[in-house]
Amino acid sequence: MLYRENGQFKSSYAADLQMLPIAQDRWFVLVLVLFAFLAVPFLASDYLFLSILIPFLILTIAAIGLNLLVGYCGQISIGHAAFMAVGAYAAYNLVLRLPQLNFLIVLLLAGFIAAGVGMLFGIPSLRIKGLYLAVATLAAQFFIDWLFARVKWFTNHSTSGSVSTAPVELFGWIVDTPVEKYVFLLALLIVFTVLAKNLVRGHIGREWMAMRDMDVAAEVIGIRPVYAKLTAFAISAFYCGVAGALWGFVHLGSWEPLAFNLTLSLNLLFMIIIGGMGSLLGCYFGAAFIVILPILLDQAPLWLGVGISTATASHLAFMIFGALIVFFLIVEPHGLARLWAIGKEKLRLWPFPH
Amino acid sequence: MLARNWPVMLLSAALMIGLVLPLATKASPPGFYIEVLLGGLMAGVLYSLVAMGFALIFKASGVFNFAQGAMVLFAALAVARLAEQMPLAVAVVLAFVIMVVLAWLIERLVLRPLVNQEGVALLMATLGVTYFLDGFGQTLWGSDIYKIELGIAKEPVMILDNVFQGGILVNKEDFAAALVAALLVTALSVFFQKTSTGRALRAVADDHQAAQSIGIPLNRIWVIVWSIAGLVALVAGIMWGAKLGVQFSVSQVALKALPVVILGGFTSVNGAILGGLIIGVGEKMAEVFLGPVMVKMFDLAGGGIENWFAYVLALLFLLVRPEGLFGEKHIDRV
Amino acid sequence: MAERRTGDVILDVKNLSLRFGGVKALTDISFDVREHEIRAIIGPNGAGKSSMLNCINGVYQPQQGSIQLRGRTFTHMNPRRVAEMGVARTFQNLALFKGMSVLENIMTGRNLKMRSNLLAQALRIGPALREEVEHRAVVENIIDFLEIQAYRKTPVGRLPYGLQKRVDLARALAMEPKVLLLDEPMAGMNLEEKQDMCRFILDVNDEFGTTIVLIEHDMGVVMDISDRLVVLDYGKKIGDGTPDEVRANQAVIDAYLGVSH
Repeated sequence: MLYRENGQFKSSYAADLQMLPIAQDRWFVLVLVLFAFLAVPFLASDYLFLSILIPFLILTIAAIGLNLLVGYCGQISIGHAAFMAVGAYAAYNLVLRLPQLNFLIVLLLAGFIAAGVGMLFGIPSLRIKGLYLAVATLAAQFFIDWLFARVKWFTNHSTSGSVSTAPVELFGWIVDTPVEKYVFLLALLIVFTVLAKNLVRGHIGREWMAMRDMDVAAEVIGIRPVYAKLTAFAISAFYCGVAGALWGFVHLGSWEPLAFNLTLSLNLLFMIIIGGMGSLLGCYFGAAFIVILPILLDQAPLWLGVGISTATASHLAFMIFGALIVFFLIVEPHGLARLWAIGKEKLRLWPFPH
Repeated sequence: MLARNWPVMLLSAALMIGLVLPLATKASPPGFYIEVLLGGLMAGVLYSLVAMGFALIFKASGVFNFAQGAMVLFAALAVARLAEQMPLAVAVVLAFVIMVVLAWLIERLVLRPLVNQEGVALLMATLGVTYFLDGFGQTLWGSDIYKIELGIAKEPVMILDNVFQGGILVNKEDFAAALVAALLVTALSVFFQKTSTGRALRAVADDHQAAQSIGIPLNRIWVIVWSIAGLVALVAGIMWGAKLGVQFSVSQVALKALPVVILGGFTSVNGAILGGLIIGVGEKMAEVFLGPVMVKMFDLAGGGIENWFAYVLALLFLLVRPEGLFGEKHIDRV
Repeated sequence: MAERRTGDVILDVKNLSLRFGGVKALTDISFDVREHEIRAIIGPNGAGKSSMLNCINGVYQPQQGSIQLRGRTFTHMNPRRVAEMGVARTFQNLALFKGMSVLENIMTGRNLKMRSNLLAQALRIGPALREEVEHRAVVENIIDFLEIQAYRKTPVGRLPYGLQKRVDLARALAMEPKVLLLDEPMAGMNLEEKQDMCRFILDVNDEFGTTIVLIEHDMGVVMDISDRLVVLDYGKKIGDGTPDEVRANQAVIDAYLGVSH
């Protein structure tokens, strides 16, 4: 009843092509964005910002990056945290050696550098795919891990191997309180989401999806596999590079090379599996899930009056993750996003059963 | 076969040169060189054991069981903890039963539903299984490092000290592992080639329906497959656990098998063995001999090459010879 | 049958041979296709018809022989090059992009003509948006032409087989091809669907002058709409000519009735 499209006729292709063609969707998103910007800063506690919202925002950007490559273009990467590392260390070195640069420029440059590295490690995808490509991306992960741990120039010859950063400064505004960080990241996430959505709706997005669904037929239509795959790797790495820089500068403040290890790569992958591959909304769901579950597992027993150690909670988290991955891969490969879409479908018919 | 493909020749030549270089340039005493070589071979044997289980299962059932690595660890954990409460032999038998059941569960719940998907979905699913077993194992049995006492002396033995100056330190446990691996391979090879059950397994791996239509009892075959999976995991787990202590590490166990089977080809047991040995030796050699060179050349903060050597080697192999040393070439039909 | 003004030779296959290991898929095949005509390739199953199309497309590389396309001779076809030169095709097993809707599938056919760069697409400003709208209009014309308007937003995987075949055709048409290769466009269709498909194929040839090379098993259809035929059997050419000529060819009759060799 509420969610019908009745009366919403489009009289031009441009109108039909817009991002949110259904009016109710537009209202919903508008309200959500306003709520996020205007209400949440006053309602949320510092703990909520620091432990949940800020990691969530940054990881969503990274998840979008990975989803573009895996979900839309059908290439596999289980070493994507390496590109986050590239972005973080690039940003660190840029700020260190060119301190006069505006931080937004630093972010963009870090992203571009990560994109370059991404293209490089995307080259194997021109010859191998599937499982074999996964191993190639592992090579990228471990090699880059090692690079940043051992080559002292990257860490400015730090003896411990870690680096630390000062709070981000933008046009005189120092972003150091949780609320400020939240607003900054939220703005960035929205911008990046819109850009990603446009790419996915454009002809590059269709090229990626064609490569994913049937690459032989794609070539016959005139799609260039090399261009499609390398742009997917590059843009995906760009997003992760920016996310990595944000992760290091805004969330962590200081980090060692292990901060971007295989565990983070696998978490990113799990985010898009659970959230939904090939869906930008899924990135949001997946990131939220991965961020909230461990915290929930930590806190829930307390609410229920049952005490379990943090160690047990973390083991439990592992078990639940593992089981959920398997569950989603078997039962609903399109993840939570599909469940959401099904829910909306039902809502369109409500209160009628069909 | 190899001669026509010049990138393969180049890569092989580079590897062989790298292998011989430390000896040729007298950068290290020959005794030490042999020690490192043997150490690499022994480590390689452990890799081979895991990869072999993988290749065997694939040959026998046509299914990629990446959870093999996680199963190895689970088996090791089971043996280690059970052995604290009962004689080792009993613990091993009990662990074997547990492993067979586990293999069955994994195959039924995870691998069977995904049987038509590509390797990537299976890889991710078995990563999920690995995570699950990690948490489950630690919940059941705790997270300390546990030991498996096989009764083999832990002190290394000095051999051949009249041939090489300083002698060569060799670990008895490693010898035991190599011996066991060799026995296992031989036994399983004989089983597959010479017995009717083995032949039946290969038939099932080729084509389930055809095998069924000639009267091969599929369910019994599956039981045998799971038992083999469990057995190999158990043996690998015991050997690995005895040598290194039992502790979960995703990258070491679950993922290291990948470069090994890539080098060896997914369908070949011989390939798994060879791949494991090459990776084991390559890693050790790279770490011990190449490492210091690179540290000096690039002013690095320490070594750690073995973290990525296996994967980079696999990557190079993939670009040059995707089907591995012994695997079969794929032809894509439209 | 309507008179068609057939032009010069636009596709010339010379001495083409294709092997898969020990299996000879095609042996020394030569034939030509004239512009604006409808040329059918027929033959028993396994005769090598799809392999022939795959060679023209560049999906398979023949060991011997050459293909002359619009005046240029190639020994190795590159699929993208072939597409750029105006050759489109449909597939026997559809090869649709299952993860996309009907509209998106057909839009991929416009890919060669879309020029806007990545940044413009990301920002979706001016030229990028105009391009999307323009090509959408073209695709909508094709959708009208093939009468699949009701399904444009449906994921292709959900459509019945006959409609999927139409989408495959639409995607090929979106490339505005000079030569259209159709691999069994009517397989698995009932009589009505076949009539519709015939009508579409004839319309495409009539309105746009597209040269059509068509693999088909239904003899009635083939004899009705083709200008000329090529008959293959066991990878060899055993007949070449107008429908009447081929109908009278003893070798062709033998092949179809399965006379022992």
